[in-house]
Amino acid sequence: MSNTQSKYLARISLHKKQVRLTRGLLLILFLALWEISARLELIDSFIFSSPSLILSCLASMAMDGSLFYHTGVTVMETLLSFLLVVSISLGTALLLWSNRTLFEILEPFLVMLNSLPKSALAPILIVWLGNRMRTIVTAAVSVALFGAILTLYTGFFHTDPDKIKLIYSLGGTKKDVLTKVLLPSSVPLIISNMKVNVGLCLVGVIIGEFLSSKAGLGYLIIYSSQVFQMTLMVTSISVLCLVSVILYQIIALLEKKIL
Amino acid sequence: MPPKLALDRVKCSYHRPEGETVALTNISFTVSPGEFLAIIGPSGCGKSTLLSLICGLMTPDEGRILLDGAPIQSPGQQGRIGYMLQKDHLFEWRSVLSNAFLGPELLHTLTPSAKKEISDMLVTYGLGAFQHSKPSELSGGMRQRAALIRTLALKPELLLLDEPFSALDYQTRLSVCDDIRAIIRNAGKTAVLVTHDLSEAISIADRIIVLTQRPGQVKTIVPIHFSAESSSQSGQAVRPLERRNLPEFSHYFNLLWKELQSDEQHPE
Repeated sequence: MSNTQSKYLARISLHKKQVRLTRGLLLILFLALWEISARLELIDSFIFSSPSLILSCLASMAMDGSLFYHTGVTVMETLLSFLLVVSISLGTALLLWSNRTLFEILEPFLVMLNSLPKSALAPILIVWLGNRMRTIVTAAVSVALFGAILTLYTGFFHTDPDKIKLIYSLGGTKKDVLTKVLLPSSVPLIISNMKVNVGLCLVGVIIGEFLSSKAGLGYLIIYSSQVFQMTLMVTSISVLCLVSVILYQIIALLEKKIL
Repeated sequence: MPPKLALDRVKCSYHRPEGETVALTNISFTVSPGEFLAIIGPSGCGKSTLLSLICGLMTPDEGRILLDGAPIQSPGQQGRIGYMLQKDHLFEWRSVLSNAFLGPELLHTLTPSAKKEISDMLVTYGLGAFQHSKPSELSGGMRQRAALIRTLALKPELLLLDEPFSALDYQTRLSVCDDIRAIIRNAGKTAVLVTHDLSEAISIADRIIVLTQRPGQVKTIVPIHFSAESSSQSGQAVRPLERRNLPEFSHYFNLLWKELQSDEQHPE
């Protein structure tokens, strides 16, 4: 390796280290400031809580198992709705791609459902489906589904026409276009759509849990606000942050593996 | 010898809400087995449409297209017609070898022996070391050769080439043109090449058809003959690159240039 190349590599690795270090320091600084101002009573820890209170809350929740129970419920609901969104949107988008007339008929409805604020549907879902988990999953699916269908369909529709022509010129059928061109060329699109959808499903699950549930992180947040236990609330939100990061990272990892 | 390909008064038009566009009208010509025919004409004269019609991807409004005397039933006629598009359209998610398998895969004829033959073909044409590479690792000229092998994998009797060199830079273009001409001639295939590049057509073809502006019609057919070819033993054609240096080259160039020019002055 030449001298300039090794210098270049050293510069990159130094830069990466600096970014990581600053990032960590920023987080520590924030937590330390929060803790100190709570200890010095610059802020009211009853309202703003503090990192140490959150840690002890986490510990006690871990001891009695409620931490894992509520997190588990939210994660399970999110994964279930995510799987439903991925499979239904893929199936529907393929159906619409294979039948252009059907798309023309349904397009305005899909656009309307996509732009409708889905939280408006939650109360009606409770009435229709009851105060149950399926209501939460339905709410979460409704948040992500219509956008997912439209994104996938648009991607499918813009598949390179010459690649399709190539398949036909070699004697292939529409099914071959689907399996040899459309699906393989859409893998990056499908995965980037999954990244968006996992976040949207989590949003939908929390909306659902706010309105109707007896368990889950959304339930904990609403419950703690009603009994004014701010530490429990901030703890739940922190766990929620962690959950969303982990779910996103799982798909990012999948993307790295496949692409 | 009966013609490999015959077009008889072919007409084709496109329909849009704004109106009908006649792309081609009254097109008749034949191509003999083993012949290399080039079709030139102003842009938008329906050259590519003509290839899509011959390949069976489109059906003419009027007239007949016959391959060995029989009408074309399905696109590609079960691998008997190979169509090479402007861009290589190699699938980035497949290896070079697996890209070359595409045709037999679609026709469910990908036997182990077919796989072996295709792999050997890649070796013969200098892509042996790249069989398991992704297309993105190949140069432009290599990609075009890989695309040709994908087309040849079905052993087509008739090859349709739609400006296959136009996406390449000039230098690569000359050498790929040379390569591809040699590959097609050695395999004894009949070929129809569409191009807007006069010198390319003269350097590669046995005969050139000039089309008029839209609606495209056959304006003239020019047989290309180089004396150096008939004097060489077995009447072997000289390579496209060498043809460019022969005295007849500029003669044909001027002749065809005038044909194309006169069309622009008196649009029909």
